[in-house]
Amino acid sequence: MKRKLFKGLKYLVLLVTSLLSLFPLLWMFVSATNTSVDILTGRLLPGSHLAENFRNLLAKADVGRALWNSLRNASVATIASLVVCSIAGYGFEVYHDKGKDFLMRILLLSMMIPFAAIMIPLFMMFGRADLLSTTTAFVLPTVSTAFLIFLFRQSARYFPKDIIEAARIEGMGELGIFFKMYVPIMRSTYATAAIITFMGAWNSYLWPLIIMQEPESITMPLLISNLIAGYVTDYGALMLAVAISVLPTIVIFLALQQNFAEGIISSMK
Amino acid sequence: MERVLKLRRRQNIIGWGFVLPASLMIFIFYFYPIARAFVLSFQTGVGVNLKYAGLFNYQRLLADNLFKKSLGNVFIFLIIQVPIMLLLALVLASLLNDKNLRFRGFFRTAIFLPCATSLVSYAIIFRSMFALDGFVNAVLTNLSLISRPINWIGQPWTARIVVVIALTWRWTGYNMIFYLAGLQNIEPSIYEAAFIDGASGFDQFFRITIPMLKPIILLTTIMSTNGTLQLFDETMNLTNGGPANATLSVSQYIYRLSFQYSPRFGYAAAISFVIFALVAVLAFIQMRVGDTR
Repeated sequence: MKRKLFKGLKYLVLLVTSLLSLFPLLWMFVSATNTSVDILTGRLLPGSHLAENFRNLLAKADVGRALWNSLRNASVATIASLVVCSIAGYGFEVYHDKGKDFLMRILLLSMMIPFAAIMIPLFMMFGRADLLSTTTAFVLPTVSTAFLIFLFRQSARYFPKDIIEAARIEGMGELGIFFKMYVPIMRSTYATAAIITFMGAWNSYLWPLIIMQEPESITMPLLISNLIAGYVTDYGALMLAVAISVLPTIVIFLALQQNFAEGIISSMK
Repeated sequence: MERVLKLRRRQNIIGWGFVLPASLMIFIFYFYPIARAFVLSFQTGVGVNLKYAGLFNYQRLLADNLFKKSLGNVFIFLIIQVPIMLLLALVLASLLNDKNLRFRGFFRTAIFLPCATSLVSYAIIFRSMFALDGFVNAVLTNLSLISRPINWIGQPWTARIVVVIALTWRWTGYNMIFYLAGLQNIEPSIYEAAFIDGASGFDQFFRITIPMLKPIILLTTIMSTNGTLQLFDETMNLTNGGPANATLSVSQYIYRLSFQYSPRFGYAAAISFVIFALVAVLAFIQMRVGDTR
């Protein structure tokens, strides 16, 4: 009897928590199809005002441009990060010696540095280099991260060393071994790294807020954040904007949840 | 033999070629700026017209009530929100760590899903839900739980509560994933033995789960502390630091000093260096406390 009660309680707790986790997202998607008045009076059913909200949103903000900027910045960031960090991670493992091990330990210290502590010097650097409002400025500070280097170093640890030796005997160059042998085998590590980097860049807010000062360089998080300024909020249009920015990451998340979880967990190994 | 040595040397040089681009970038974009912030914290002036002023910025800091308030706010969040979230994540992970559980995949995905939402987006969702004329008040009024709408965002403590709720919503699943991974390393036979010995679920949680997960609990505590001390996106978009700076975070104060008022880079750098020191000191203390048994 007691066990049955416990079991029932267990399902109840999990069910309530799951619904609480899903509710704000469902509410946001539903609200994107309703008018401001309906949303505020607590309507929970999908409405027929999606097109109207869309028109209102486009009248207020350049969603197309923001989407394109976000997509371009996040893609460039992801590709650059993956190339730079995977080569380094592979190098730290395959050619490791005392010097490189020591360097790796130093690099890991960078994970302790809060972004707020370095944003002013970074802003001054990019201002002096006349790179404000550019993709370069958006991407460059986070191309190389100790976390990704570490992730690729750990995965290179499981890359069989015999393959490298065999390829060397065949006369393959070191870069060739990396690109033709390591990269194809480590596809799942690349997927993990890609999701984490893409989501981070797509969602990044504080750095673009400082650096992307021209209206033409606006990204999705900045656009949404701008919509709440002002006295009257059009909640329908606002929730539609949020939905547009969240939908891609939710789709990626649901499709590649396992990689995402692995990426998070690998940070503690 | 000489050929092999030559080959090794060549490979070693190529190895440095592999690791140097990434390493240099970390030095340029992390280590140089933190050193620069340190130097900057001894300078005063507006914009880029700076001159050395010794410890002036740090003295000013001690008398700055807004700085103290923002630091206090961050610690309020830290002390209230982090324990609630981590305990919740632990409980959920141990409930989910059951191979025979039905709908396990659904529960896991649902609780983990908030992690796919950007910080700005969820802050705005919660801001809308807790607006004075918003959804939460509408529901509470309809259920006759309250007679007048609560001005959630407009009063210091309710605003803080909303921030705590929002933070917990976004990050509980994230921490749960760590605990789930940790739980998979615990032998099920330990729980079976405890069950045979008559240990209740409650006992198992406090006597087995928590001690076994100690290193991971420590890790998540350090990560959450680090994250809370750097809080920015949420308070900026959920409450904009208000009302009356009751939810102003230190990062937001640094941002205001640097980019909203006439730029005081030197003073802002002094504050940011305090944050850096705090992160380091707290991580050190937590590691010390976590190691003792």
